[in-house]
Amino acid sequence: MTECSANKSANGDACHHKTNGRKPGRNGYVKNRFHLQRQQLQNSFYPKEKASCNGGLYSRPFLESFEETPMLVAVLTYMGYGILTIFGYLRDFLREWKIEKCHIAREREEQKEFVPLYQDFENFYTRNLYMRIRDSWNRPICSVPGAKMDLVERVSHDYNWTFNYTGNVVKDVINLGSYNYLGFAENSGPCANAAADMTMKYGVGVGSTRQETGNLDKHEELEQLVARFLGVESSMVFGMGFATNSMNIPALAGKGCLILSDELNHTSLVLGARLSGSTIRVFKHNNMQSLEKLLRDAIVHGQPRTHRPWKKILIVVEGIYSMEGSIVRLPEVIALKKRYKAYLYLDEAHSIGALGPHGRGVLDYFGLDPQDVDILMGTFTKSFGGAGGYIGGKKDLIDYLRAQSHSAAYATSMSPPVAQQIIASMKCIMGEDGTTIGRERIHQLAENTVYFRTRLREMGFIIYGNNDSPVVPMMLYMPAKIGAFGREMLKRNIGVVVVGFPATPIIESRARFCVSAGHTRDMLDTALSAISEVGDLLQVKYSQHRASPSLDRAFNEPAYEETEA
Amino acid sequence: MYSNLVSVTESSGMDVKNLKEYLCWLYYQYLLITGIYVLEPWEQSIFNTVFFTMVAMVIYTSYVFVPIHVRLALEFFSGLCGGQEESTVALMN
Repeated sequence: MTECSANKSANGDACHHKTNGRKPGRNGYVKNRFHLQRQQLQNSFYPKEKASCNGGLYSRPFLESFEETPMLVAVLTYMGYGILTIFGYLRDFLREWKIEKCHIAREREEQKEFVPLYQDFENFYTRNLYMRIRDSWNRPICSVPGAKMDLVERVSHDYNWTFNYTGNVVKDVINLGSYNYLGFAENSGPCANAAADMTMKYGVGVGSTRQETGNLDKHEELEQLVARFLGVESSMVFGMGFATNSMNIPALAGKGCLILSDELNHTSLVLGARLSGSTIRVFKHNNMQSLEKLLRDAIVHGQPRTHRPWKKILIVVEGIYSMEGSIVRLPEVIALKKRYKAYLYLDEAHSIGALGPHGRGVLDYFGLDPQDVDILMGTFTKSFGGAGGYIGGKKDLIDYLRAQSHSAAYATSMSPPVAQQIIASMKCIMGEDGTTIGRERIHQLAENTVYFRTRLREMGFIIYGNNDSPVVPMMLYMPAKIGAFGREMLKRNIGVVVVGFPATPIIESRARFCVSAGHTRDMLDTALSAISEVGDLLQVKYSQHRASPSLDRAFNEPAYEETEA
Repeated sequence: MYSNLVSVTESSGMDVKNLKEYLCWLYYQYLLITGIYVLEPWEQSIFNTVFFTMVAMVIYTSYVFVPIHVRLALEFFSGLCGGQEESTVALMN
């Protein structure tokens, strides 16, 4: 796991080692990046951080940091896991010998001799670590999860094996966990009203698939709107974001195809790639040298054993990586894709709406042409306050998917009020509703992101990811601190998401904040002071190079310039 | 005089309170770093018993044996140095 962070820290300056054997003349942008990176490092706001800005490809500075884990912290974290594992074995021993009651699913008495159905190592982790700090997850919310939310109070008398509800409600908890980037998760306002009207007119259920009797005029309208929003020829919407990835990749790739996947891609992409039956090769996170090497090898060697050329090569990347808060180096990926004639599948689950001066995702952020990406995928769950996903691209592609995709043929189509919510919020973002609310929210989100990230960094926390990404992972490392952080923050009326082992490498446990346009400066300040207080209490201000409060990028300065009125 | 006394007792009270708070904080950090924060009380007491017994034994053994070892080491090294000096003296003669 320390290896993992070492890889990450090597990402930015990997070109120092990996350009050997390559002619600079043939590889202009790598060389270019090398020079600019040095310049950037000299006048960098954050000392010792990797900042690379490819003048030819990037229109804005690309500042991304993954501070390495302090050695002592890594050692103590492993020690903590060691102690917890020992106690886990002790408890398993007690359960085995019936000294203690086993609460978790286990084999039936008559199937004792069978191959175990439930018990494996991940289960050991669930049983003996996750259960102990389970109170920080799955909290029932009893209001709209906007900038503030109400939680149902619950207590556990048997160390989190069961929960009892006290009947009280924890009011006005500041929500730093929902993917509500543009604040469209609301129960009032034009979007919610439009959705309510739609419910009165169409009802909620559809009861069929798109190919049969589940195709409503609202879906057609939404698809046209999405295509216009993205700037592509055509688009298609699905009722579930996860299934959009996992069911459409198998339609696009099959045996004899090669999928090049980022190592930190979301499970839905991984699942889709595996279901497709194609060969999968994984490149290091956001590392273009690694991707280029894989592409070259794929073209030179072809398929294993037969050495036939690959039928097609599909590069799968995400816009914003949800656990690292990093933004894909899209201009470089597109340059590589064009050079090696591969296809590009871009998952904009977190970035659509949240990035770019017009909220059109990572393409808008880098100022690129949507035609350069073959398959544009995204979700409506996050910025639009709805549910489901879309795929955008050439008309041929969408027509093909309509006929081939399992999501189109077998999945129930999107609920009409959800479709209406997405239409309303998307029009708001595009400014087609005649207001500037959407634009203001995009602006507000960018401002909040910069403010929140800068303040956290100044406090001395280790913050991962790109400076413009609204996903803000804050490192906690030690297993006990995961639980303690969630509990202490809730005591201070702030709801946070804490993430541990299966979702992250085992020692890189973290808290993940999602900044929203709905957060006011007051809320952010309250949250920040609470985070600072808890950070002092738990000693999680690990950063070894503290950024001094700087005026290089004033808080009030917008991240995006107003390009038009 | 009386107020003085009060202030003295108050300040000592404050000191005791601060010390107590500091010890609580230290114990909390110990809980977090070892990871036993998440364990049930009886598991915590097992861990604490084992851990503090080990620490106590280490301290006790070092108290008992380290002075002896240091003395022996000193004797050995001084003997070594002394022997060398003698031999050089002998050579010189």
